Amino acid sequence: MRALSDRVRANLRCSRLLEGMSFDPLWLSRLQWVWVISWHILLPAFTVGLASYIAVLEGLAFFTNKEIWTRISAFWTRIFAVSFGMGVVSGIVMPFQIGTNWSRFSDRTANVLAPLLAYEGLTAFFLEASFLGVLLFGRKLVAPWVHFFAGLMVAAGTLFSTFWILSVNSWMQTPAGFHVTDGRFFPDDWLAVIFNPSFPYRYIHNVTAFYITTAFVVLGVGAYLLRRGRSAAEAHIMMGMALNLLIILVPVQMVVGDLHGQNTRDYQPAKLAAIEGRYETAGPAPLTLFGIPDDATGTMRYAVEVPALGSLLLTHSWAGEIRGINSFPADQRPPVGPPFFSFRIMVGIAVVMLFMAVAGQILRWRGRLDGAAWFLRLCQWTAPLGFVAVIAGWTTTEVGRQPWTVYGLLRTAQSVTPSLTGMDVAISLALYVVVYLIMFPTGIGFMAGIVRRGVGAATVPPPPIEAGRPISPYVAAAPTATAPLS
Amino acid sequence: MWHSLVPIWTVILGLGVFIYVALDGFDLGVGMLHGLVQANQRETVMNSIGPFWDGNETWLILGGVGLLAAFPLAFAIIIPAVYFPILIMLLALVFRGVAFEFRFKHAHLRRFWDAAFCGGSVVATFAQGLVLGSFIQGFKVDGRVFAGSSFDFATPFSLLTGIALVFGYCLLGAAWLVLKTEGLLQDWSRRAGRVSLVGVACCIVGVSIWTPLASAAIAERWFAWPNTVYLLPLPALTLATGLYAWRALGRGGDLQPFLAAVALFVFSFLGVAISLWPMIVPGHYTLWEAASSESTQAFLLVGTLVLLPVILFYTAWSYWVFRGKVRTNVGYHES
Repeated sequence: MRALSDRVRANLRCSRLLEGMSFDPLWLSRLQWVWVISWHILLPAFTVGLASYIAVLEGLAFFTNKEIWTRISAFWTRIFAVSFGMGVVSGIVMPFQIGTNWSRFSDRTANVLAPLLAYEGLTAFFLEASFLGVLLFGRKLVAPWVHFFAGLMVAAGTLFSTFWILSVNSWMQTPAGFHVTDGRFFPDDWLAVIFNPSFPYRYIHNVTAFYITTAFVVLGVGAYLLRRGRSAAEAHIMMGMALNLLIILVPVQMVVGDLHGQNTRDYQPAKLAAIEGRYETAGPAPLTLFGIPDDATGTMRYAVEVPALGSLLLTHSWAGEIRGINSFPADQRPPVGPPFFSFRIMVGIAVVMLFMAVAGQILRWRGRLDGAAWFLRLCQWTAPLGFVAVIAGWTTTEVGRQPWTVYGLLRTAQSVTPSLTGMDVAISLALYVVVYLIMFPTGIGFMAGIVRRGVGAATVPPPPIEAGRPISPYVAAAPTATAPLS
Repeated sequence: MWHSLVPIWTVILGLGVFIYVALDGFDLGVGMLHGLVQANQRETVMNSIGPFWDGNETWLILGGVGLLAAFPLAFAIIIPAVYFPILIMLLALVFRGVAFEFRFKHAHLRRFWDAAFCGGSVVATFAQGLVLGSFIQGFKVDGRVFAGSSFDFATPFSLLTGIALVFGYCLLGAAWLVLKTEGLLQDWSRRAGRVSLVGVACCIVGVSIWTPLASAAIAERWFAWPNTVYLLPLPALTLATGLYAWRALGRGGDLQPFLAAVALFVFSFLGVAISLWPMIVPGHYTLWEAASSESTQAFLLVGTLVLLPVILFYTAWSYWVFRGKVRTNVGYHES
C-alpha cells in the first residue's frame, strides 16, 4: 500500500502539468464550471426546441381537433417534464457558481450583467414554471385554448431565457455600452449592453442549434418507433416534421455560422486565429483542414492545408489577411488546441446533418422512407449529434475567449474567489461529479424508458388529473396498450 | 439616504426572499414529512406539491440574482463565505428535484428516490439555516472580499439556526398538508404541526437570547431605551401567533394553521431584519454601501415593477387552478 502510494506520488511529481493544476483553486474552479455548465447546457439545448415543438403540436391539436396531435404532444410533454426538471435543478446551480467561485467577477461586472440575469428570472423562469404545471397537470382542468396558451407561454419562456443568458455571454465576449471605474464596470447605455456586437449572431446561431438538436432527437425517436413497428402513424408525422424543419434550418445554420465567424474575426481576432489554427499572420492564408497545434513552439504540426481557402472563407476574398496568434502578446493568447479541434468537430457534424436532411427528404419524396432500414438506423445513431455539436461550439467560443472573462478587460485569473483553497474546490468538484453522474444517466435512462413505451394508446391519454387532484403525469402515462399501426 | 432606490430595493429583495422562504419552505417541509408518513400516503403527500415546487424554487434564483443585481458587494462577500452550505443546499435540491421525476420509474428504486426526496429536503433546509446563522454572525472581510476560511460557517450558532429552520419548514409543511389533505393524513399532519411548533418556539427563544448576548450592537438595538417599548409589540405578536397556531392546529379550520405558520415566519424575519438594519454585510457594509449603481437599480426596477405583479398574478392563478384537497386512492375516471 505504502509503495503504491509512493509510486503514485512519484508519478504526480513527474507530471508537472498535474502538479501545477491539481490544487490550484483557479484551475479547479474552471474545471468545476466546465463540469456544471456542460451538463446543464444539454438540457436547454433540448428543451428550447422541444417546448416550441410541443407548442406547435398543441396548436395543431387545438385547431384541427384530431387526437393524434394530442397523443404526440402528450408523449413529448412527458419527456419534456423530465428534462425540464433536470434543467431547473442544474440551472439553479449556475448563478450560485458565479458567487461561490467567481466572486471577483461578480463584484466587478454585476452593475452591468446582473440586471440581465435578473431579467432572465423575471421574464422566463416564472413563466416556464407556472405554465408548465398547467401544461403537465391541467389538460382536464382548464379550457383547451388555455392549455394551448400554456404551451405557447412555456415555449416563449425558453426563448426569453436564451435571449438574456446569451446577451450576458455575448457581453463577456464583446463588451459594449460601459465605462470602467476602479476596475469595476458601470453601465452607460443599456441597449448597447444588451445588443452588444456579437449578440445577434450568437442568439440566432444558438437558437437554431437548439432547434436542430431537438429535431434530430425527434427524428431518431420517430425512426426507432418505426423500426419497432410501434405507433407508426405518429412516428411518420414526427419524422416528417423533423425533416421539414431540418432541410430549412441546417443550411440556414451554415450561413449564420459563417456570419458569426466574421463577427469573431472583427471583434475577437485571437479567438479566430486559434479556431483557424493560424500561428503566423498570412494573406492569402490557407485553410488548415487538420493538424496538431503546438502552442509551445507556436507551430502547426502535420498541417493539411488548402491554399488560399482560409482567406476566401473568412474574408470572402482570395488574398485577405488573417492575423496569426503569434502576433498577439504571449499573455493574451488562448490555447489553440481546444478551439481548433472542437470547431472542426462542429463543422464536421454540420456536414453529416446536411446529408441526413437531404437524404431524408429524397427518401420521403420517393415514398421509400419506411423501407430504408439503413436510413432509419442512421437516424437513431445521429439523434445525439446536436448535443455534441452544441458542446463543441460552446468549447470553441468559451476556450477561445481565454485568458479573459470579459474579453480584453478582465482576466479569468482575476475573476476567481480569493478566499478559496484548492482543497475547498476539490471537495465541491468531487461532489458535483458524483451527484451529476447519478442524476444525468438516471434521467437519460428514464427518458429512454418513456420512448421505449411508445406514444401510448390509440385513445386520448387518461386524464392526469381528477378535479383538483393532480396525479403524477408519469403514473398517468403508464403504458396501457401500444397499438402497432403498420 | 432615503432619496435613492436602495429602500425600495431592500423591500423588493426582502419580499422576494420571504416569498421564497414561505413557498419553498412548505414544499421542503412536505418533503421532510414525506419520510415520516405511512407508505400508502406518500403519493398524496407528494402530489400536494407536484404542480408547485419548481415555481417555488424559482424564487431562490430570483433571490440570489436579485441580491447580485441590487447589492453586488454583499453577494460577492456572502456567497463565498457560505461556500459549503450553498454547495450542499444546491446538491440536496438537485437530488430532491429529480426524485420528483424519478421515483415513478421502478418500484425497487422508489425507496431510494423516496429517501433522496426526504433526505434532500432535510439537508437543503438545514443548509439554508446554516446560511442564515452565518449571515447573522457576520463574516471576516478585507476590503471588498471575504477574508475568512470556507469552514467559518460551522459554529454552534449556525447549528442552532439550521435546526430552527428544519422545525420551521416542517411546521409550514404540516400546515400545508392540513390544508390539502383530509381524514387520517390530516389528523396526522395536525399532530406533526404541533410537534414542529414546539421545536420552532424553543428555537425562536434560543436565538432571541443568544444574539443579544453575542452582539453588543444587537443588544443595544433591542434593549436600549426607548427602543424596547417600540419593539415590544413584535415579541408579543410572535407569542400570540404561536399560541394561535397551537389552537388552530388542534381543531381550527384547514387554512388557519398555514396562515399562522406564515405569520410566525413574518415576525421572525422582521426580528432578524430589525437586529441587523441597516447592514447587509453585518459589521462591515450597509445596504447603501453595497448597492449597485443608480443606473443598474433603475434599469432593473422598471421591469421589476411591471413584471413582479404579473408573476404574482399568474403564480396565484396556478395555485387557484390546483386548489382543493388532494386524493390518490380514488381511481381516475372521465369527468
